[in-house]
Amino acid sequence: MKEIGKIIAEFPKSPESLIPILQEIQEQYNYLSEENIKEVSEKLDLPLQHVFSVATFYNVFSLRPKGRNIVKVCMGSACHVRGSNRILEEIERKLNIKNNETSADGRFSLETVNCLGACALGPIMVVNKEFKGHLTPSEVSKLISQELIEEKS
Amino acid sequence: MKLDSFADFNREVQKLKLKKQTEKTIITVSRDSTCCLLKGSMDLSVALEKELENHKLTDKVLINYSGCLGFCEIEPVVLIEPQNLFFQNVTAQSVQKIVSEILVDGKIPHGSQTIEKRNEGPFYKKQLRFLTGQNEKIEPGSIDDYLVVGGYSALVKVLETMEPRDVINEIKESGLRGRGGGGFPTGKKWESCRNASAPDGCRYVICNGDEGDPGAYMDRSLMESNPHSILEGMIIGSYAIGANEGYIFVRAEYPLAVEHMKSAILQAENYGFLGSSILGSDHNFTIHITMGAGAFVCGESTALMASLEGKAGFPRVKHIHTVEQGFRNKPSNLNNVETWANVPYIISRGAQWYKQIGTAGSRGTKIFSLVGKVKNTGLIEVPMGITLGEIIFEIGGGIPENKNFKAVQTGGPSGGCLPEGYLDSPVDFDALINLGSMMGSGGMIVMDEDTCMVEIARFYLNFLVEESCGKCTPCREGLWQLLSILTRISHGEGNMDDLTTLEELGEMIKDSSLCALGKTAPNPVLSTLRYFREEYIEHIRDRKCRAGVCRDLFRYTIDKEKCTGCSVCRQKCPYKAISGEKKEHHSIDTEICVKCGICFEVCKFNAVRKVS
Ligand SMILES: Cc1cc2nc3c(=O)[nH]c(=O)nc-3n(C[C@H](O)[C@H](O)[C@H](O)COP(=O)(O)O)c2cc1C
Ligand code: FES
Repeated sequence: MKEIGKIIAEFPKSPESLIPILQEIQEQYNYLSEENIKEVSEKLDLPLQHVFSVATFYNVFSLRPKGRNIVKVCMGSACHVRGSNRILEEIERKLNIKNNETSADGRFSLETVNCLGACALGPIMVVNKEFKGHLTPSEVSKLISQELIEEKS
Repeated sequence: MKLDSFADFNREVQKLKLKKQTEKTIITVSRDSTCCLLKGSMDLSVALEKELENHKLTDKVLINYSGCLGFCEIEPVVLIEPQNLFFQNVTAQSVQKIVSEILVDGKIPHGSQTIEKRNEGPFYKKQLRFLTGQNEKIEPGSIDDYLVVGGYSALVKVLETMEPRDVINEIKESGLRGRGGGGFPTGKKWESCRNASAPDGCRYVICNGDEGDPGAYMDRSLMESNPHSILEGMIIGSYAIGANEGYIFVRAEYPLAVEHMKSAILQAENYGFLGSSILGSDHNFTIHITMGAGAFVCGESTALMASLEGKAGFPRVKHIHTVEQGFRNKPSNLNNVETWANVPYIISRGAQWYKQIGTAGSRGTKIFSLVGKVKNTGLIEVPMGITLGEIIFEIGGGIPENKNFKAVQTGGPSGGCLPEGYLDSPVDFDALINLGSMMGSGGMIVMDEDTCMVEIARFYLNFLVEESCGKCTPCREGLWQLLSILTRISHGEGNMDDLTTLEELGEMIKDSSLCALGKTAPNPVLSTLRYFREEYIEHIRDRKCRAGVCRDLFRYTIDKEKCTGCSVCRQKCPYKAISGEKKEHHSIDTEICVKCGICFEVCKFNAVRKVS
C-alpha cells in the first residue's frame, strides 16, 4: 500500500485533485479513515468540513473499512424487473449480513449498485471484480458458497 | 509516429490499408467489452489461440478481438471470413470444433449461419448501425483499425476545408439533438459556447460518460468498443467551439471504458490528433479523463462540472448557462458520449445525408438498450421514428415464456411506463414527451404481466429519493412523501384519496424543483397513474396485486392436483416453511413463509401458486 503522503504528492496541489486523491486512497485502503481525511485536508489546504462533505456525498467512498471480498448486487431497473431484490435477499441470508454491512470477521461486504452496464444479462452481481449474470435465487446460494470456499484473502 | 500534415495522414492511411489487406482467414471474436467478458469471451480467446497453435495455423489466421456487437443475449460471437460464417454463444469448448471443422477439414459445419443471413435476421434487419456497425472491424485498442475504416478523416476534412462557423452550421443543419436525455440541439449549443465571451480565450468541451440511467449501457459500449469515434467528435467540436482543453467524465462503475478511453487518448496523441498543431494546423487540443465517484445527479450538467472542480455534486440554478459560465466559470460545452460519436458521421457524409434519417424533429439514429422481459436483449441502433412495437416485437422477438406484454419503460428513472395501446407510437424526442415519458439516454425496459406497476413506481421513486442531492425542498421532501404513499399502497394500506394526493404533489414537485432530476422525478408515478390506474385501485380497494409482487397482498400455496410430492421445494426452501412426505401433497406454513419465491421458481410442475 502506498503512503498517504505519496498518494497526495502524485496530484497537483489543487482543490480539483480532491476527488481523485480520495478515490486513490479508497482504492488502496478500502476506506477513508479519519486520519487520512485530516491529512488530505491539511496537505491540500482545504477545510476539513469540505473534505468530509465530499467524502460523504459520493457513494464510492466509505468511512468504515470494507470486507476483503466485496459482493455488489445490481438494483438497476433492468435487473429489478428480473427479480434482483430476491437475489439480494438470498445473498443477505447466505452471508448473514444486510445490504451495506460488513461481516464481523471482515471477510465480506455486501453492497448494492444502481446499474453495472450489463443490463441485457440481468440480474447481475459482481463478486470482487468478477461479473456474474442471469442469476436466480437458487443459483446464487450455490455461487456464494463456492466463493466462500475459494475466498482469497 | 506523429503526423504533421494532411499529406502525412493520407500516406499513413494508405499504408495501413495496404497492410490490412490479407489473404489470411480473419476470425473476429467479440471479446473486449463487459458483457462478452461476463459470458466467457476471455476463456474463449485463450482456447482459440491454443487451438490455432495446435494445428499450426497461427500464420494463416488473423484474429481480431472486437468490442460489443450489440446482441448481448447471444454473445460472445465468432465471425469467420472469407468463409463468411457466424457463430453465436461460442464457448471455449465449441471454438475448438469450429476451428477443426472449418480451418482444418475445410468443411462448413452443419446448420451454420452466414453473416448476411445474420444481418437479415430479425434482430439486425430493422437496425441502421452507423455508430455501432463498425465495431466488428475494430479492436478497441487499435487506432490503426479505426483509421482503416475511415477514422479521423472527418477531422481532416474539418481542419483542411472548413472554418469553425461552417462546422457549427453543418451540425445545426443536420438537426442533431443531444443524446443525453434533454434533446437540446447540438449545433445551437456549440454556437452559444463559441459566442460566449471568453476574455482569456479559455473554453472547455466536456464529454458526459456518466451514464447514470440504470438499464442503459450504450455509452459504456461506445467507449469500450469504439473510443476513437468519441475522441474524433470531441476534437471536431473543440475546433468549432474554439476550445483547447477537454474532459471526459466516466462513471465509477465502468473501469473497462476508462481503460479503453485512456489508451485511445495516448494513441491519438502519438499520431498527433491530440496535442499542439494538430496535423500541422494551428488548432491545439488536449483531453483529460476523470472518473465519477458514484452519484446519479452528477450526470446533470452543473453537478458534473462541480464534481470536476472537486466539489460535492450539487446542481445549481439554470439561469446561468454553462455554455457561458460552466467548468471553472468558463464557457463550457457538455455533450453526451453518443452525441459526440455522431459528429464524425455527420461531417463525413454531410448534413443533407444525415437529415434523411429519422423524423422531422429528431434526426439520425438512436441507440437503445433493449432489456428486461424481452427475448432478444441487447443494444440496438435504429432510425428515430421506428415504433415501440417494431422494437419490442420484431427486433426484440417479443416476450419470453409466452407471457403478456404489460409496459415499456423509457427515459431512465424519471421516464414513464407506456402500455400496449401505444406500441404503434413512433419513438422520437417529442412523441415520447407527449405520451408522458421521455427518450432519456435510451434505456428501454420491457415489462410483462409479472410486473406490478405500483411497485415499479415505488422502485423508481426509491431510487430518486436516494439520489436526490437534497439541495431543494420540493425534491428532497416531496419525493419522500410520494414514496411513503406508494409504499403504503403497496402494503395494501392506501386509500382512494392517496391517488389525488400523488397527482397534486407530483405536479407541484415538477413545477418547483431546482434541477431536472426533481422536475422529472414524479413521471414514474404520474405515468403509471395515467395508464395503469386500475392496478392502483385494486391495491387499495381489493388489497390485490394482480402481478403477485407486493408481498403483503398475496401468499403462496401448493396446488393439490398438481403437486407430485417430489419434495424439491421442501429441500430448497431456505426457511423450512414447507412440509410433506415424499410422493405426498406438500404444504406451506404461511406463518414461517417469507415469500422469497424459491419454491415457485424450482417447482417443475407449476404446483406452487400465488393467491390473493
Ligand atoms: C439527474 C440528471 C442526470 C443526468 N444524467 C446524465 C447522464 O448520465 N449522461 C448524460 O449524457 N446526460 C445526463 N443528463 C443530461 C445532462 O444534464 C446534459 O443535458 C447532457 O449531458 C447534455 O448533453 P447532450 O446535449 O449531448 O445530450 C442528466 C440530467 C439530469 C437532470
Ligand atoms: S440494470 Fe443491472 S446491470 Fe444495468
